Amino acid sequence: MAETVLETSSLTMRFGGVTACDNVDFKLQARELRCLIGPNGAGKSTFFKCVTGLLSPTEGNVYMRGDEVTGWQPHQIASLGVGIKTQTPNVMDSLTVSENIWLAARRFHSVIDSNAKVAEVIDRLALGSIAKTDLGQLAHGERQRVELGLVTVGDPWLVLLDEPAAGMSAKDVERMTVIIEELLTRSAVIIVEHDMQFIRSIARDVTVFHQGAVLMEDHVDAVMSDQTVRNVYLGKKA
Amino acid sequence: MQGSAGKDYLTIIVFGAALIWLLPMVENTYTLTILIIYGMLGLSLGLIWGFGGILCFGQGAFFGLGAYTYAIAAINFGESTVPMLLAVIIPAIFAAILGAMMFYGRLTEVYLGVITLVVTLILFKFINSTAGPQYVIGDARLGGYNGIPGFQTLNVPGDPGAYLWGDSYYYVCAVALLLVYLLVTWLLRSSFGRIALGIRENETRISLMGYDVAARKTVLFAIGAAIAGLAGALFASWGEIVTPTLFSMAQSAEIIIWCIVGGLGTRFGPILGAAGLAYMKFLLGQQSLVDNTLITGLILVLFVLFLPKGIVPALARFYRAVLGNGSPGKRKNTHRIRRATNG
Repeated sequence: MAETVLETSSLTMRFGGVTACDNVDFKLQARELRCLIGPNGAGKSTFFKCVTGLLSPTEGNVYMRGDEVTGWQPHQIASLGVGIKTQTPNVMDSLTVSENIWLAARRFHSVIDSNAKVAEVIDRLALGSIAKTDLGQLAHGERQRVELGLVTVGDPWLVLLDEPAAGMSAKDVERMTVIIEELLTRSAVIIVEHDMQFIRSIARDVTVFHQGAVLMEDHVDAVMSDQTVRNVYLGKKA
Repeated sequence: MQGSAGKDYLTIIVFGAALIWLLPMVENTYTLTILIIYGMLGLSLGLIWGFGGILCFGQGAFFGLGAYTYAIAAINFGESTVPMLLAVIIPAIFAAILGAMMFYGRLTEVYLGVITLVVTLILFKFINSTAGPQYVIGDARLGGYNGIPGFQTLNVPGDPGAYLWGDSYYYVCAVALLLVYLLVTWLLRSSFGRIALGIRENETRISLMGYDVAARKTVLFAIGAAIAGLAGALFASWGEIVTPTLFSMAQSAEIIIWCIVGGLGTRFGPILGAAGLAYMKFLLGQQSLVDNTLITGLILVLFVLFLPKGIVPALARFYRAVLGNGSPGKRKNTHRIRRATNG
């Protein structure tokens, strides 16, 4: 049952003299939720980019469902059935909500199935009232929700979300939590996040990054009460 | 969806046929033919730039390549059907190779512009320097700065003696443009076209969805070059001579100006911009009071300042403003028109 969907072995990323990711060994099981936390510059986002193909790691390997995918292009990774949401919203501003989602659906479905899929996602994410609106005219929270829609429309088995709750209102975050809970019935999810409130409300296991390396990996409660983690977050010497 | 597509095609055919029929009443067909050819050239850049976000500074290169291919092949084959096909295929292959290098090399927009510009200049320099007798392809001498005159112009397929010229050549070119327009419309409605629009909007997102952006841009670039090549071949057959000036920077720059003035992101805009500005240039060419490049430049500046989206989008907005306040039914209708011009 516990199939490993994502694994990295001694993943290292250097930018000149800076080691942003240092020997990260990471494993994720099917339908597992894992949050990656850590202070600014801890290497979370670099790790995320190495996994999604946005960066090619200096050393180490990435495996997805047992296949090596190190150095693959983002579109090749996504084609495996991996949904990716980057830190900054990446949407098509002058296209409508339904067109945005349709484009994502079309990658994995025929035209007719895509139309059905779009209707289904719009329904599930309660986007019906804004389906024909251009993305550029929407509020930040709505855009995030749409982006989540186009990440999940292809029924991914692995979803990678970089700061999905950034800049959202409490109500939007609540809605996001429900959507993610629902996602977990089908896919494994990795969330890179700063918002501790959000992490507390959804997280089970948490991986803490610090100075490019994994500091600890444990259940959220254990992590929150850990003195080292607290020090790291407060900027004290660990 | 199907119904509205059919209606779109029908509208295009009806309007196109009406224009083809009416235009000869206001201007002679010889002049109209060149305007149509330029319109097709404008549409080729309008497609890849307006709908794919690829700003090519060297669309003139594909136009010239099409013209030269046609001229050289027509001398060698002594008829026009195969040369016409080659004039479409060779620029497309050239663009596919060039495009693959640029898009897989992940060049940013600025470098894309520089490379396409430089390729055009290289072709210009090269063709200019081929005056010597050693530059021969089959029976055709490249002729350097003198160009290639005296090749077989367009004939009825299968009958090299039956030339298509004058009025009939006008109708051939006009129908060719109509067919290309329909093809572009179909392409933009297809999944490929919709994804191309997505690429224009946000390349990263489209690749994160799992689409191979480089491959798609290469294909679109090649399609644009094929259309430009066809326009080049029609131009060669119209002018009965091809010269290196086809590859000149002025030619390529003009195409960009057509697209800006006519309206980027529309299909009709670049055609209108091309035909309109070329016609104005033709009229200004008949007097010697003002230099016409000065006027072209002035028009570009005025458009960028006051009508940056171009004529067609401005007209569409005006049309919506006038008709959009009507009944809700009408509003829905204009909304669809807007969608059609955008996509």
